[in-house]
Amino acid sequence: MNKKGKTFYEELMAKGYSRRQFLKFCGLMGGMLGLQSTGVAQIVEALETKPRLPVLWYHFQECTCCSESFLRASHPVIEEILLELISLEYDDTLMAAAGEQAEWVRAEAMKENYGNYLMVVEGAVPLGSPGYCTIAGKSAKQIFDEGAKGAKAIIAWGNCACSGCIQAAKPNPTQAMPVHKLNPGKPVVNVQGCPPIADVMAGVITYYLTFDKLPELDNTGRPKVFYGRRIHDTCYRRPCYDAGLFVESFDDENAKKGYCLYKMGCKGPNTYNSCAIIKWNNNVSYPIQSGHGCIGCAEPNFWDNGPLYATLPAIEGFGIETTATKIGAGLTAVALGGVAAHAIVTNIQKRSLIKNRTDDISLNVEDNQEYCGELGKRMDNLNKKIDLIRKDQLTYLGGGYRPDKPSDEPKN
Amino acid sequence: MRTVITKKLPLREMYVWELPVRIFHWVNAFCITFLIITGFIIAYPPAILSGTGAQQFGYWFGYLRFTHLTLGLILIINFLVRFYWFFAGNKFAKWNNYVPLTKRQWKGIFETVKVDVFLLTPKPIYDIGHNSLAATTYLGVFVLIIVQAVTGLAMWSAASEAPGAGLFQDFLFKAGGFFFLRHLHYMVMWLFILFIIAHVYLVFYHDYIERNGIASSIIGGWKFIDERLAKDYVNELNATEELDKKKHEIKELEKEVKETKAKHNG
Ligand code: HEM
Ligand code: SF4
Ligand code: SF4
Repeated sequence: MNKKGKTFYEELMAKGYSRRQFLKFCGLMGGMLGLQSTGVAQIVEALETKPRLPVLWYHFQECTCCSESFLRASHPVIEEILLELISLEYDDTLMAAAGEQAEWVRAEAMKENYGNYLMVVEGAVPLGSPGYCTIAGKSAKQIFDEGAKGAKAIIAWGNCACSGCIQAAKPNPTQAMPVHKLNPGKPVVNVQGCPPIADVMAGVITYYLTFDKLPELDNTGRPKVFYGRRIHDTCYRRPCYDAGLFVESFDDENAKKGYCLYKMGCKGPNTYNSCAIIKWNNNVSYPIQSGHGCIGCAEPNFWDNGPLYATLPAIEGFGIETTATKIGAGLTAVALGGVAAHAIVTNIQKRSLIKNRTDDISLNVEDNQEYCGELGKRMDNLNKKIDLIRKDQLTYLGGGYRPDKPSDEPKN
Repeated sequence: MRTVITKKLPLREMYVWELPVRIFHWVNAFCITFLIITGFIIAYPPAILSGTGAQQFGYWFGYLRFTHLTLGLILIINFLVRFYWFFAGNKFAKWNNYVPLTKRQWKGIFETVKVDVFLLTPKPIYDIGHNSLAATTYLGVFVLIIVQAVTGLAMWSAASEAPGAGLFQDFLFKAGGFFFLRHLHYMVMWLFILFIIAHVYLVFYHDYIERNGIASSIIGGWKFIDERLAKDYVNELNATEELDKKKHEIKELEKEVKETKAKHNG
């Protein structure tokens, strides 16, 4: 119980870290969140005085790559101490307990921290049938609802939880749902990516602990500080893009030179994430730096916009390799053929066509006359109306003139 | 060779397309042509397999995208001016030409399909301005222009600090993100290509069978119109004018009556 009262700072000290390491972490977070130095001071104060956030970590339909990413945070400082930042009360994948014992731990953790804990959701929730994901006799939806009820806020961790990822890719046989579509009634922050970057999680939690609210989100629920810019706008290969220098195949000279991967299907121009800035694996590299295009993993429905190695997506219902280009070119050919055939037939027919306009020109003018007749009718109506108004006016001017009652006619 | 001269066909020259309409048309045509060319290169850039690197090739792809964007903005401004002219222009430029709301327009559409597609020679409805079928397809083109403008500006907003870019960015996210909008933008390009083929051909075709100078009308503004149609048009103009006058008269009278009544009662 008293372990919960511990602050992050106390926890670090107990584990033998130095204050220097602690301050480094705070400075790094402040920098990533784009705070001023006063903001960093606020972080320091919060992490020194506020008890750590209790976190309940739920796993649903997923591959657990997001947990892997979380446990292998890129920055050395973060890697070592991210797990100390929170008080991880329950995580069915990481905890030693199993079976009934694990269920008991969750129930206890929920009871103790009711209304105060952060719920982290990893994976999508299948609504198709409870058979797809049932734990200890409860369906994923039931478990999710229970967890959401007592949560202060929800972090959707990874693309599955944010927008369904491959679980919800067409045709989505299990009816996998991301968190925000389940209407949990709690604030939700989408930490996007497949997997997302652990530093981003550290940033979000630090922000929440310090300021007691979620960081500013864009209108798809992603924190703006980390998802405000595209890979394409932060990519170090951008000068090659702007110079029109592209890799044409993965084994060509241009690939060796490190040209832009646009023509290899790089989805950097479509994708908002901070891979090119924070990078992966101890800030060593990110996919493009390793010679592979971005696959757009931080965007909703990126699986349905394949192929991964083509600039334009395939069009459903026309076969895997059919792009808008093929369909467009086909239709253009048909149109040109049609025009040519049309021109030929027109010339064969031209005698009658020209004759029609040479002498005996027949012209369909009845419609116009009909329309003019209608105008005439409208004019008549207006004239009648004017007459009525005139009479009405006379009634007053002449002091009681009533054309329908001759006896009332004014005498003079 | 036999020379053919028509005997019974009295024609009148009519000034149909006012200057703003013609300017719109040619600016639009220019922009769309080069938007297609630059857009296509953006989608499928040529392969450069020699050379030493970015310093040698400078910024040509960047300039290409800049050109595309600039043309896009000209297209939008041009369209906005035309939008104003939908209300301020003459009868043939008014918005209601493009929206098939009347029976006459629908009849015109069917009749024109008979001529254009089935190559029949019925007793056609000749229009002074657009024929109803053409006008309705232009409505489609206007919609496509708006779609390109919105999707284009949304994609542009990603790397823009301009005021209002945030709104387009929000729209981008809500409308399905880059994947969808980029694809839509690209597919609509093909619709423009199909339209251009049909449009250019049909202009020549109508010029050929109707011989009313339709092709050159978009340069100078004048068309040769059958005298009967011209007369009808003048009648209609006069009638409409008179109707308007009468309506005005009624309004004045009603005001007068109201005033007299007020005086009488008070
Ligand atoms: C007739 C009108 C237009 C046509 C045919 C057209 C065509 C295209 C095409 C084919 C692309 C390449 C798509 C891709 O594969 O990425 C493109 C990209 C683009 N277009 Fe257009 N476009 C038109 C109008 C506009 C307008 C009005 C704007 C906005 C001002 C605009 C802005 C853009 C932008 C920002 C891109 C993305 C360029 C990039 O990747 O950086 N376009 N357009
Ligand atoms: S490699 Fe991808 S993200 Fe980088 S400049 Fe090229 S297209 Fe953009
Ligand atoms: S570069 Fe693109 S695909 Fe790769 S991790 Fe980052 S967002 Fe995902």
